[in-house]
Amino acid sequence: MKKRQRRTRRATVIPGFGLTLGIVVAMLSLLILIPLASILAYSFRMSPGEFWELVTRPNVLQAFATSIGCALVAAVVNCVFGLILAWILVRYDFFGKRLIDAMIELPFALPTAVAGITLSRMYSDQGVMGKFLGRLGIEASYTKVGIVIALIFVGIPFVVRAIQPVLEKLPQEYEEAGMMLGASPFYVFRRVLLPELMPPLLTGFGLALARGIGEYGSVIYISGNSEREGTQVVSYVIMQKLNSGSVDYEGAAAIALVLLLISFFLLFLITVNQIAAGRRAK
Amino acid sequence: MERKGRDGRSPEKGAGSGADAVRKVSGQHRQEGIVPVLLIVVGILFFLLMLVFPLVEVIYRSLKDGLASYLNAVTAENTIAALKVTLIAAVIALAVNTFFGLCASWLVTKFEFPGKHVLSVLIDIPFSISPVIAGLAYIMTFGRMGWATPIVEKINQWLGTDISLVFSIPGVVLATIFVTFPFVSRELIPVMQAQGSREEEAAVMLGARGFTIFRKVTFPHIKWALLYGIILCAARAFGEFGAVYAVSKARGKTFTLPLEIDALYMAGSADAITQAFAVSSLLVVLAILILILKQIVEYCGKDGR
Repeated sequence: MKKRQRRTRRATVIPGFGLTLGIVVAMLSLLILIPLASILAYSFRMSPGEFWELVTRPNVLQAFATSIGCALVAAVVNCVFGLILAWILVRYDFFGKRLIDAMIELPFALPTAVAGITLSRMYSDQGVMGKFLGRLGIEASYTKVGIVIALIFVGIPFVVRAIQPVLEKLPQEYEEAGMMLGASPFYVFRRVLLPELMPPLLTGFGLALARGIGEYGSVIYISGNSEREGTQVVSYVIMQKLNSGSVDYEGAAAIALVLLLISFFLLFLITVNQIAAGRRAK
Repeated sequence: MERKGRDGRSPEKGAGSGADAVRKVSGQHRQEGIVPVLLIVVGILFFLLMLVFPLVEVIYRSLKDGLASYLNAVTAENTIAALKVTLIAAVIALAVNTFFGLCASWLVTKFEFPGKHVLSVLIDIPFSISPVIAGLAYIMTFGRMGWATPIVEKINQWLGTDISLVFSIPGVVLATIFVTFPFVSRELIPVMQAQGSREEEAAVMLGARGFTIFRKVTFPHIKWALLYGIILCAARAFGEFGAVYAVSKARGKTFTLPLEIDALYMAGSADAITQAFAVSSLLVVLAILILILKQIVEYCGKDGR
């Protein structure tokens, strides 16, 4: 404790602590925390029984299952392809590499609504991909497959960008030593590379998952939003309750609170993972 | 593959110097195996299928009915109005978040204080929660039932104004600020952390004052990271949909471009859908510009360091 105080005092040679602390806390509270707390406050107006009844309705539970399930599948797919993409971008030279590297972040730059309507058209039974998948007997548009496809699109940069910097710093000698000692490529991957890449892979997985669970714009067009088919996502259910005609603030607040808690839990896990990885690196 | 790896490694034993050149040679050797080719093919296929195809699709669909109808859709009254709102919201969000990002990164990287880690996690909240929740949060605060509505009304009375913070342009601006809040600070904090505070401390010892230190000592180190953060922030601000959709209901007045696209697309007719893609193509061009700009900034940043 004493040590900490001394450190604090020594660091204050640099000016601006009070000023920046004030500005940061004020802006963070006014713009982010207080509005979020309003959802909490709104939910507390309900009795626990009412709250429970609102969040355990069949369509709400189904929406949570769809959102979490599809986000999980998409995040796993993204881990596989994200690992491959990061690997070839860092370790190999090939034609078009720089273009791929630059365009990996397209899903961040492209508005979700644009991605949503485009994917929806592409994978509908009239679209290019829809016809192709239709021949294989897969219906993508207005099904959970479609939701997963949209979530793969929005999630891929998280995984690639999490792994890339770590892979760049990882010396190639490790794998080469493994190969020298007669290990198969797969064995080297599993025993040498994967342990090093696990923390960033988990970070990317967590970020893609968090994004996927709350995603709205890119999903709602391709999903069809049918309650009967179980293709409504949580964000859609919340938004539906805000639209004129069927305004239901209590329901929206209750569902949003549960979604918020899930996000906070994921954020907590990601932070713990990053702190642990940072310690290991030291 | 195994043998290739060994062959690739063998010259390295002999040559102690020029390890980089050797690594290059061994890297090229490795690429001849079947596994690397397979991985590259899979990676490129995924890239084409998931990222390039959709772009081609937007452009193709937007031009399907010819250039004249494309221009019609792009210059429609609602589109121009939406473009204005989008620009207003993006510019204000950029200014606010840049200011916040600079303050937050200064605070987090230059000082040690209890609760610092909690604070940096709190700043990142908007990054991992649903945008719909952001919109909902403002409705719960400033909406008809919101607890802050009476306060806003009192301020309005006092100032003689009639500002509403939801279902209005200020609401759109607030929602945009919310979703882009951590973008600048996220880029700045790692760079400033790596830089350390020694130079700033030296500047203080030499008698420099607060803002001068920032301008002359810190800023040159972080300018590219700052620009990078601003670009990412802009990309998200132009394209935000869920959060803005929750607090904006008036087409032609408070709609942003993504909302206009939604309205056109949901109208359902073939013409309207083509128009939706025409308006989308504007945002696609913007997205590509942003990616190019980002690439340039990244390149300059590496050069400058």
